[in-house]
Amino acid sequence: MKSSKYLILFLTILLFSTVLNAQKYVTKTGHIKFFSTTPMENIEAHNRQVNSAFDLSNGNFVFKVLIKSFEFEKALMQEHFNENYMESDKFPNAMFSGKIENISDVDFDKNGDYSVDVKGNLTIHGVTKSVEQKGTFTVSGDGINANAVFKVKVADYDIKIAKAVIDNIAEEIEITVDAKLEKLK
Amino acid sequence: MQLKALVLVLLGLLFSREALKAQDDLMNLFEEESEGIKYSSAAFKSSRVILGQSIENPSPGNLVFLIQHQFGNLNGGANELWGLDQAVIRLGFDYGVNEWLALGIGRSSYNKTFDTYAKVKLLRQSSGSRNMPVSLSLFSGAYLNSSTWEDPARENYFSSRMSYAHQLLIARKFNSNLTLQVSPTLIHRNLVATSVEDHDVLAISGGGRMKFNKWMSFNAEYFYLLSSYTAENFNNTLSLGIDMETGGHVFQIYVSNGRGMQEPYFVAENRGEWGNGDVFLAFNIHRTFVIRKPKTFRE
Repeated sequence: MKSSKYLILFLTILLFSTVLNAQKYVTKTGHIKFFSTTPMENIEAHNRQVNSAFDLSNGNFVFKVLIKSFEFEKALMQEHFNENYMESDKFPNAMFSGKIENISDVDFDKNGDYSVDVKGNLTIHGVTKSVEQKGTFTVSGDGINANAVFKVKVADYDIKIAKAVIDNIAEEIEITVDAKLEKLK
Repeated sequence: MQLKALVLVLLGLLFSREALKAQDDLMNLFEEESEGIKYSSAAFKSSRVILGQSIENPSPGNLVFLIQHQFGNLNGGANELWGLDQAVIRLGFDYGVNEWLALGIGRSSYNKTFDTYAKVKLLRQSSGSRNMPVSLSLFSGAYLNSSTWEDPARENYFSSRMSYAHQLLIARKFNSNLTLQVSPTLIHRNLVATSVEDHDVLAISGGGRMKFNKWMSFNAEYFYLLSSYTAENFNNTLSLGIDMETGGHVFQIYVSNGRGMQEPYFVAENRGEWGNGDVFLAFNIHRTFVIRKPKTFRE
């Protein structure tokens, strides 16, 4: 009797840990696009080395983005982005750590598009804000494609734009996320 | 009964620990990502400390149009409007061929001299999985003095028009504000004015920049002459200036006792003296053009 209970406990732990691992999805090559538009100028940057992970068992969802990996058309802009605005020596990463709130609405066994509510903490330039956004999970045999488009107010994250270029940089930056997550083996 | 409770407690503990740890666990998947080589960048705002070369090259595919302008000596008096009447200028182009090579051409009104140079990055300051305390570049320039011969009657050789400069640029960006650079410099002149003068002039330069806000920095640069004859008869070159950066331009405004914007002149033939006010107000304007876009933007 005694030993069988221990066995149950042991099996439970074992099951729990294996299930946890089997339900993680991950990518290291996600794509984030940064887009600023003003009457003066459109500025676009791409980061194709975005880290993201999702845990199906509890809906936890994280992003880790190396700021220096954003690529601009003009190298000088990239330098100013890193040196003057994002201060990437001091704050090398932007991060999101949160949860899919309506995970029960997503059927991970059935291919299709599902609208998801994402809630969590977004950290940019060392400033953390709680955010809530809608996104899309596209479930397929290969994994999950996570997509979202949202706006970030530059001033919210303590980023000051130089007076000389204030007409060239938008107050709100459009962020497009496109991450293809694969099952972690 | 006791056992049941124990099982429940253990399971409970396990669950709560997992719940707390879960988000961290996901982040931990990327711990290794933060390693790798981290290269230092933007040690200076432009390819010049002030007069001399900085460790910076134009980015790959970028062309920089450089206007360098020096007014006349400040002690020229009211008749010369304190130097404003006697300006010399150099117009040049610097191009970033790739990550490690930059090429430049230019012409200065001072002695009507054409120049061309190559600047090669040999080491890049980095931290992380490879630790390199300094950046190191090699600069080599050739200069052609195209002014009319002083004495056309005697036999003049084309080679006499040429002089050369070679520098090792060693720089360290200590933090986002402070960069220091040391540059051993060798100037070679094929022709010198008198037979006692040095054909080869050795000098060492020390300089740097200190940013006082995100868009401006204070720059200083000193060339110290090592070759004895030149050191006794010419002056070391001290330049003090401010860098200002706007969107696509960098402005450098400075005061220096070095005349000309080409190494053989401002290093090896400098007669200006700070003590007498025999210095020059001057500025550089760097304007960057993207000639070859990065891969992501080529369609």
